[in-house]
Amino acid sequence: MATQLERVGRKTLDQLDYLGSLSIQLWVTLRSMKKALPFVGNRYRWKASVDQMLQIGVDAFPMVALMAVASGFILAMQGASELRRFGALHYVIDLVAVGFTRELGPLLAAIAVSGRSGSAFAAEVGTMKVTEEIDALRVMAFDPVEFVLAPKYLAALVAVPCLSIISGVCGIVAGGIFMFFSTHLGFLLYLRYVLMSIELHDVVSALIKSIAFATIIAQVGCLEGFRVRGGPDAVGRSTTAAVVKATFLVVIADAVFTAIFYFMRKP
Amino acid sequence: MAIISIRDLVVEYDGRRILDGLNLDIEQGETMVLLGGSGSGKSTLLRQIIGLERPRSGTVIVKGTDINSCSQSELNHVRRSIGVTFQSGALFNSLTLEENVALNLREHTELAPPIIDLVVSMLLAAVGLSEFGKLRPQELSGGMKKRGAVARALALDPEILVFDEPSAGLDPVVAAELDELILLLKQVYQVTIVVVTHELTSAFMIADRMAMLYDGAFVAVGTKEEIKSSKNPHVQQFLDRIPGKIARTTEISNLFERYLEAPEVNQ
Repeated sequence: MATQLERVGRKTLDQLDYLGSLSIQLWVTLRSMKKALPFVGNRYRWKASVDQMLQIGVDAFPMVALMAVASGFILAMQGASELRRFGALHYVIDLVAVGFTRELGPLLAAIAVSGRSGSAFAAEVGTMKVTEEIDALRVMAFDPVEFVLAPKYLAALVAVPCLSIISGVCGIVAGGIFMFFSTHLGFLLYLRYVLMSIELHDVVSALIKSIAFATIIAQVGCLEGFRVRGGPDAVGRSTTAAVVKATFLVVIADAVFTAIFYFMRKP
Repeated sequence: MAIISIRDLVVEYDGRRILDGLNLDIEQGETMVLLGGSGSGKSTLLRQIIGLERPRSGTVIVKGTDINSCSQSELNHVRRSIGVTFQSGALFNSLTLEENVALNLREHTELAPPIIDLVVSMLLAAVGLSEFGKLRPQELSGGMKKRGAVARALALDPEILVFDEPSAGLDPVVAAELDELILLLKQVYQVTIVVVTHELTSAFMIADRMAMLYDGAFVAVGTKEEIKSSKNPHVQQFLDRIPGKIARTTEISNLFERYLEAPEVNQ
């Protein structure tokens, strides 16, 4: 019994330690962010940020778009099969529009970026740790957080909201295509209904969520990299841990934000 | 006056004592070789000298600054006068060799880009890598990576050069070339050189003085001749390459004999 309690206690302390490290790293990154900004910061960090934006955003675009289109069709078809029974097929438009704007757009983008870039961050930073590049940065009087993490974080803060918008648009377009083939509803009319069903609040909440998701993905990916101890096998483990933890935290954060926005809107 | 002064240095990892009350003075302009077997604590000592780790107690004073109690900006100031060549070279894989060498100049000086290019080409010529500046570290051999790391370490015209296992993993010819480069650097740049190694040929070729570490403590400090004539059993064992407690061949053969004679094996 004592051993079990000890184990639970140790695991709890480990998780608290992890959250503490994540918070400290976020604070240090925010303090270093100025250096990664254009005009006021260091131009090499800004250049690194732009490179990262291309890798996180542009390279992930086809994957996110395809995932969103497929999910748009799935949501529209599943919704239609139930709503048709009640003669409420037109509510599919609201379901797809609101669902993708508030929820699926940011979530699908975050899952794609977590799998692609979260793992890449952990692998890159972990490899730099193993090959003593992080130590080399420190002895050359560079701050590894400013040099490595800040450009990645800034890039994620720009790329993930953009991908969320793209994902939402692709999902809604897929819903429109479904509606056209199932009810012969014209696309422009469909778009008018879409605009009627979503509000500014939905878009703002989606952007807030996507910024939170970007923070989780960049910070968890890099923290896993910085925590690598040992050889190349540890890099592999950190990569897996980065994807698992970032995806898990994204879903938890999504639930928390959804609950907050739900209770904020409640009359 | 000593450029590096180590006083009562104690380092512990998880309660295990790695360095046990070390005292050492390294004079300006001399080449000090820190000698010792695997696990003797020489790399840990090196990490203390360059301020990568903090000791449990004791002080490391570099150029009159206690690097464990000074501010981050003071530490960075000291670090800019130290050039470090890591065991693996630790060149940044995302940059070309030229960019690696230019990094310090680009970020820590106000030099114009054409001047930086000129300095980089001079440094690459000094280490015999003029033709390889456009290559990335992964395209270079082990010896070239180390020479590239030397060029990077020299960029800010350091007062102290630190080498961690410079000849590890290199064939004897390339290792000898690197030793000659170290001798040349001392002659041309008049720098203080600290080398961590367990390669005896290398050590006796480049050293002015040597300090032999055993089990986290210095067992001998002196000139090459003093080390050679040392009566300390650990020094003699190391210099004469006498097998230690790990490779007791008689014990191993006895174990094999007992195993082969066991009834379970003979069945």
